[in-house]
This record gives sequence, structure tokens and C-alpha cells, in this order.
Amino acid sequence: MKFGVLRFPGTCDEVDAQLACERVGEAVILWHGDRDLQGVDAIVVPGGFSYGDYLRVGAIARFAPIMESVIEYAHAGGIVLGICNGFQVLCEAGLLPGALLPNESLRFVCRQVDLVVERSGTRFTNACAEGEWLSIPAKHTTGCWYAPPALHDRVEANGQVLLRYAPGENFNGSLADVAGVCNEAGNVFGLMPHPEHAVDPLTGSTDGLKLFESIRDHVGAHVGA
Amino acid sequence: MTAALPPHRALGLTDAEYDLILDKLGREPNAVELSMFSLMWSEHCAYKHSKKLLGQLPTEGPYLLLGPGENAGAVDVGDGLAIAFKVESHNHPSAVEPFQGAATGVGGILRDIFAVGARPIAVLDSLRFGELDSARSRYLLEHAVGGIGHYGNSIGVPTIGGELYFEGPYEQNCLVNAMALGIAEHDRLIRSAATGPGNVLILFGALTGRDGIGGASVLASAELGDADADKRPTVQIGDPFAEKKLMECSLELLDRELLVSLQDLGAAGLTSSSSEMASKGGLGLDIHVDRVPLREPGMEPFEIMVSESQERMLCVVEPARVDEVLAVCAKWETTATAIGEVTDSGRLRVLSGGDVVGDMPVEALVDDCPLYDLAPEKPSEPIYPAPRRTLETDDPHQILPALLRSANIADRRPIFEQYDCVVQSRTVRRPDDADAAVLMLPDGGAIAVSIDGSGRRVACDPYRGTVEAVLECAANLACVGAEPLGLTNCLNFGNPEKPHIAWQLSESVRGMADACRALDVPVVGGNVSLYNEGPEGPIYPTPVVGMVGRMPEAARAGRLGFAVEGDAIAFCGPLQPSLPGSELAKLRGEPLPDGLPEADVALVRKTQQVVRDAVRRGELRSAHDVAEGGLAVALTECCLAGGHGAHVDFRGAGADGERLLETLYGEGPGGFVLSGSRPALAALAREIQLTFVGVVGAPGDALELSLDAGATLSWPLAELRGARASGLADAIDAA
Amino acid sequence: MTRYRVLVRPKAGILDPQGQAVERALPALGFKGVENVHVGRLIELDVSDVAHLPAMCQKLLVNPLIEDYEILEAEPHPAS
Repeated sequence: MKFGVLRFPGTCDEVDAQLACERVGEAVILWHGDRDLQGVDAIVVPGGFSYGDYLRVGAIARFAPIMESVIEYAHAGGIVLGICNGFQVLCEAGLLPGALLPNESLRFVCRQVDLVVERSGTRFTNACAEGEWLSIPAKHTTGCWYAPPALHDRVEANGQVLLRYAPGENFNGSLADVAGVCNEAGNVFGLMPHPEHAVDPLTGSTDGLKLFESIRDHVGAHVGA
Repeated sequence: MTAALPPHRALGLTDAEYDLILDKLGREPNAVELSMFSLMWSEHCAYKHSKKLLGQLPTEGPYLLLGPGENAGAVDVGDGLAIAFKVESHNHPSAVEPFQGAATGVGGILRDIFAVGARPIAVLDSLRFGELDSARSRYLLEHAVGGIGHYGNSIGVPTIGGELYFEGPYEQNCLVNAMALGIAEHDRLIRSAATGPGNVLILFGALTGRDGIGGASVLASAELGDADADKRPTVQIGDPFAEKKLMECSLELLDRELLVSLQDLGAAGLTSSSSEMASKGGLGLDIHVDRVPLREPGMEPFEIMVSESQERMLCVVEPARVDEVLAVCAKWETTATAIGEVTDSGRLRVLSGGDVVGDMPVEALVDDCPLYDLAPEKPSEPIYPAPRRTLETDDPHQILPALLRSANIADRRPIFEQYDCVVQSRTVRRPDDADAAVLMLPDGGAIAVSIDGSGRRVACDPYRGTVEAVLECAANLACVGAEPLGLTNCLNFGNPEKPHIAWQLSESVRGMADACRALDVPVVGGNVSLYNEGPEGPIYPTPVVGMVGRMPEAARAGRLGFAVEGDAIAFCGPLQPSLPGSELAKLRGEPLPDGLPEADVALVRKTQQVVRDAVRRGELRSAHDVAEGGLAVALTECCLAGGHGAHVDFRGAGADGERLLETLYGEGPGGFVLSGSRPALAALAREIQLTFVGVVGAPGDALELSLDAGATLSWPLAELRGARASGLADAIDAA
Repeated sequence: MTRYRVLVRPKAGILDPQGQAVERALPALGFKGVENVHVGRLIELDVSDVAHLPAMCQKLLVNPLIEDYEILEAEPHPAS
């Protein structure tokens, strides 16, 4: 299968995401100015500081030409994974519920955190067990997930929360310890921690690989769908 | 207010220097020329007071690819790859505006790395401030760390290591030294010499404004009053987003082999970059300042030449390739403009609208600045006041938590968690995992890097203190299994025109030269920051050393934590613990000793090699060098990092009294704490001095020391962890 | 062309750590009697047709999920 990893001016973790994807399939970098998604089976919107985080995090990237194609792709059911800045971009694009606010401490924090798998069996978590703990690094200044009460209730009721920070691990103040959330249809997923930085035993935990394996396994089982 | 000083004096040139300029030019310099000479002949650019000394440093080595004189040094790390690296200071700007000062310091050192064609892969920082009980020092710390994080994180380069110290003499003159590393294939390393008369000079990156013009403002042709002060910002504002685009653009230009040479713009902006490019190539340059894209209207030619606006690069391009270069820059949303030509005149000419507004021989600007001999004189009286006493007790049991809590030893987690240490997927050892940071290489090997400086101990003994700093850096590399390949240094000192500072500087450089030779480590480049002093006195003499080493297997990189209950613990090496000049002596308010004990450098080197090789063979579970706080603090760090207590035998040191304190908390070079299987450690004892002292694991998860007469000292790990964690966290109100 | 100011502020009830940090810092500097601090953003722009301004706000300048905004006329830009 082939992943497409977006690159905006200011994106930092796209090569890391590409390397992670290449452990389970092929991966190409998609330039922000192009519209061609090159027939990929899944899109990854990676981490970094697209457009310098100017105006609001992700606010400018979400209008890039490539994002027009990604939005269409998502509406047609395509798989989209947003990591950190990518999560922010997808929220700004209206593909994911809620918004990301500054961390409670107002500081950038880089820390290995434990996440709990809230729901397995989805496109992004089928390689995990429900309740499983994943050790994955998080590194951001603006990762506090927020949704107004009614929206939050809907998100919870629909089972859209796929990952939560384990007890004591929520350093950014995210509502209900939400670390990763998907859309209603379940084909778009965003998380603040960086699974692409947890795929190599030499650099730490390999728990992040499970998210990429889940996507690969889903695509493999649904070829032609 | 009437200016009493003639312009050249206001710009920092002496009368004798001015006369020399007259001689070189054959006439009076105009405003443009005077401003350019004043910058090129400043201490910062010309190294007037240090160049002769620096000639002592060894600069040859089997792995050296680029030595001092280029934008960064580089060493061969095998497999056709090179690591470029350098350290630079940004002390004075950080004292004025610590966030932007530190941020632009990182920006500047990163540009030096990609200016030689290497992709930046890591940043380390060395920071020194006044004591933490000073609100100003807390403010500088918070904002300098914020600035480093802001710049490094935004540009996608991991900050993987550093050091942080707090001492009274840095209160008014903080130190912010930033080091960066980059990776390149050998044949991609590019030099900065301008070549090929007729080639085009292109300026690309950010627009040029009035940043950093400051003192040169005395040359303005228009009369400006106080109301226009905001037109002359002295604070440079860094934009990491602009630099990210600039970096990707530069690397793509190099990848496509579109450039003849490349140079970044740093201190003294266009003036120094263009002069140096011309000088290295032995040629001349014509610069048309009216073609330089400006951020502010109505800038005068001299302002354009001395502006220190950030995030700009200069390149030399063959005329046939100019369009391609402009296209790549456009792709990366980076402004690019042809602003001049390479000539064979040997002169730097500044033109505006067809008029020549400045015309100087390149040699005069770059090479003819007078170099001064220092007049060193050992001070007959102590220069520095004794540190303020903060520890009242002599009880060895209370001293350990007090040391752990002290600002120079406490947990740096609140600091390094503000830095992204994982981006680019190379980081094998993060801060706190081991004594040096480790980054993997594509061939399964790895490089290790550490930055280590010394202030207080160099003040005690500039020669031996500097030797210790170099040994410490190499020891940190040995603990992860790396052999040093090269060293970069930043020399932070007071006013060298004063004999006692000149003495500190000469002795320190002599110590560095001797230590580098003894370890066979060449100096690949570095930086000097002088005049760090004020009415209350100079900073401690502070040489800062950054070392890069290599190891054959990333998977075997060493760690510092005790990992397995039952492992044997051993001390090895020729460490002679001594209290004068130590952290404990500082907490007790003792005056600085006059001199430090001499180290057996050859024996320290041998010990480092043995430890390094044992780590490479996978025979050690952990290795940690003994530094601030001595053996007891090193043991604590091993316990806390590994999450295991330890039982250690200190019989023979006396049950109480100064001798016990000296054994537990005394400092000096050459000591290591190792853990692993007994047979593996015993094998090392055949090569170096090694003593078995204990075992990993103790009842109740504690650090337990057995003393003479059946006495013990014991601390629950939780207590030690709490003390260590509180030191900085309390001061900076951490997350 | 008329110059406008768009004042953007966090919606009431949203966690505003920047506002809280400022509210904590002021008493520490000796300024008492300060409450309800919120930190937002100011965007100034010269616009030929103000009728487009609300749409600009909704689409780009503001995130309506978490921010409120106010449009005010402003003094002309010095350069115009």
C-alpha cells in the first residue's frame, strides 16, 4: 500500500512520518502546492510548524491546494491520519471535531507519554487491544484538545475518542484526557502524540508502529473498496 | 548633545587603527568605508586579541575535513559521510533580550552549518547565569531557554544536550553558547571562497532592515533625534519559519549543484560575508546596495552594508545558472536577488545607483587588522569574591540532598523538556539517558556529542581547569562508547586588555592546546567572546568545549542508569577527590583556591579508552563519569536514572569528618562509576585502576553507604529524587 | 480603502491559559484589583469593501469554534 505524507512550508516531521510509513508500505511526499494525491491509499498530515503557526496553528495550511484534495478525499471515505500539527490542520479544516488550545503550562513540552487505547477495531487501532497502553512521545505547545459541551458529548457518545492520556500523563490539559479523536465516519483520525517517533527500537518504544500497521491492515482487507 | 569623540573612536577604532586605515586606503574613509572597517576590525570579527593565541591549538587530525576558518569545521565519520559542527556565543544580545538573543544565536549557528552544505541534525546549548535567587537570572534563564526551544523546535532540529550553571560572576554578563551539528556527504561540503570573476553574487532569504545597526548610527547623514530611536533597533528578531525555508532552499540549491560558493550573513551582515568570500577566493566583489531588497524605506548604503537582519545567505552562481537558482528560491518562498559580481580587482566596491560609494582593498578589510599581543600577568590577589554560603551543616547525611537540590546539580528536566529531542528520528540517547547524546548514522554506527565548559574551576586554575573541561567532555563521550574525532570551542572571557584577564586567556588556551594534543583531538573551529565584564567585575574565565565522537554500533551506546538488581558496582580511574573548588566548597562559601591539583592526563586518557572499549563490547550495564558533587552525586544519578537503589562500601574513608566529605563529595577528573557483571568488571581491573564497591539494589529502594565503625548513611530514593527534582522546578515554576 | 481592526478573543468559558498567566503575573508585580483577564489577537487591515470583512473573519481570521470577534474602524495606516 502507498501512504501520501503532506509537506507544507514549515513542516518538520514529514520525513520521520515517511520513514515510519515505509516500515509497513510505500510512502511519497506530497507538496502543499500540488493537487494530485497520486492515488495513495492513506494520507498522513504530519507534525511541525506549518506556516510558522502564524495566525493560528494549522489555520493557513488548511487552505493549501493539497488540502482541497485531501478534504475531498476524506469526504469520499479516504483514510487520513493527522499528527500534532496535522491534527491541528484537520480541526481547522473541519474534518475533525474540536480545536487545539495552548498547553495549560503555556510551554512546549517534549515527553514520552502513556496512552490508553479507548477503542480498538477501528481503521487506526485494529492492531491494538482495547485498554492497551502505548508509550509514545508528545512534543507540542498547543495540544490542549477542546470541544464545547454538546459537541464533546456527541464525540464521546459516538465512540470517536480512540486514545486517551493514561492517568497522570495529560500534561496539556486536554478535555477528558482526549489524546486522539476521529470523525463520525471513522476515516479521519487526529492525535497530538507522535506515533512516527515510536517505531524503532533504537530510538525508544515501538508502540507507534501499531497505528501504521492498523492502517495497512485495514487497507489490505479492503482493497478496491 | 554634541559628540566629543571623532567618528572612528565612537565606532570603537583606536587612533592608531584609524591611521592604518588611512594608509591602506590612501585617503580618508567615507561613512560607508569607515563603518565597514570598524566592524571588520572589531574584536568580534577580527579576533584582534586572541588570534595569536589561537594559533597554538592543534588543528590537524586524520578525520578532519574542514578546519578553522570555514563557516563550520567537519570531520569524517565513515561511509562517505561528514559531520559539520561549531559552537558560537551570543552573550551580549542575550543579556539585553534573552529570548531573541538565544533564538538568534541558534539561528546563526544553524546557518553556519548549512552554509558548508550540511543538513543540521542537532543543537546543544551551554548556558550560564547569576545565582537562581536573583530575579534577573531566573528571568534570563526562562527566556533564553524559551528562545532556544522556539527556534530549534520550529525549524525541526532536535536539541539533544547542553549544560547549565549558575554563578555570581555571570549575573550581569550571562553566557549563551549554541552548538550545532550537521550531516553531509563528503563531496557535498562546500566552501565559502568566491571564485570565477564574472560570476553573480545572489542575496537570498529575509529582507534587510535596520536590525543591529546600533552603534554605527553615529554615521547617519540625517540628524536624528531621540524620537527616531525606534528606527534603529539593536535587538535582532529571529524568524525560524523563514530560516526553515531558507535552509531547505539552500540544501536544494546544493543538491542540484547550482552554487559555486555559499556564505551565511551573521555579525556585521553583508560587510563580513562579502569581505570573507572575496578574501578566501583572493578576488574582489562589486555590491550594488540599491538592489538589496529592503524591509524599511530609505536605508542608507552604510546601513545596508552593516545591517544584521537575520535569516539571509549569500551565494556565488555562474551566470548561466542564475535563473535556476531564482526558481528554487521562489519555490521555497525565499526572496532572492542578484546584488553583485565577482571581480578580479581584489577590491570590495559598494555601488548605489551607478555611483561608487565605497571602495576598499579586500586584504585591508580582512587580513590587515592589527593583531595584538596580550600582556598577561598572574593576579597577585583573588579577583572573585568567595561564593555566598548557603549550607550551614557539616552532616554528610544532609549534604547529599542539599547538593542534589543545588542549582548546578539539580534535575534539568524542566529545561530539556522544552526542547524537541526526537525530530529527525536519529536520537538513540536522549538527555538523561547517558552522559552524551547519541545520534544514529545510516550504516548502523552512531555519533556522540557533548558540550562541557568550566567557569569556577578555571577561575581557580586557568590552565588545569581548562584541561579538566576538555577531559570531562572526552569522558562523557567514552561513557557512551565514542572516540572523539574533533572539538569546537567557545572562549568566554573578560577584558583581555587587563593583564589578569590576559593571563586567564593565555593559560586557558595553553591548557586547551595541551589537553587536545594529549587526547589527539584536533580543534575544528570555534569562537571567542571577550569583554564579558562590568563595573562589578569579570565573568569567571569560561572555556566551553563541544566534542563529536563516533562509535561503530548505535545499539551498543552506553547508558548511565543502574539497570539490574544484583549487578556489581565499581569505581575506576585515577580520580583524586578534592574539596577546594568543588560544588560543596561553593555551598559552604569557601573562597576559590589558588590552583587545582594536577591530573595525570595520560592515565585519564587510558581510563577513558578502557571504559569506551568495554561499552562497545557490551560488557557494561552502565557507565557514568564523576563530575559535580563527586562520587555520591554520581551514584545518586545512576540510581535515579535506572530506578534502582544501591549498596556501596565507603569503608576506609573515616566515619565522619572532612576526610569522609572529601571522599563522598570531592571532585576531580578521571573517575567513573560502572555497573555490570562481576567478571566483566574484573577483566577491566587488569588494565586500569578499578575497585569493586557495591551492588545494585538495596532494601527499601535506597542508596545505602557503609562507612567505618559500622556506621551507614542511607537515603530513600524518593527523598533523593524529590531533592533533585525541586532544585530548578521551584525556581522556574515548571509544567 | 478604510482601515479596520478585528479584535479576536477567546470565547467565554474556554480555557485561556495566557489570560490566566497574565492575571497571575500582575499581582506579583504589585498591581492589585485585576480580574477576568483574557488574551486575544489584533488584526489590522485596509479594506476596500467592508461587506467582505465578516466573511474574511469567519473563513480565515477567526476560528468560530473557540473565538469571538469584533470589527472596529481604525486610524489610517501611516504609510497610506
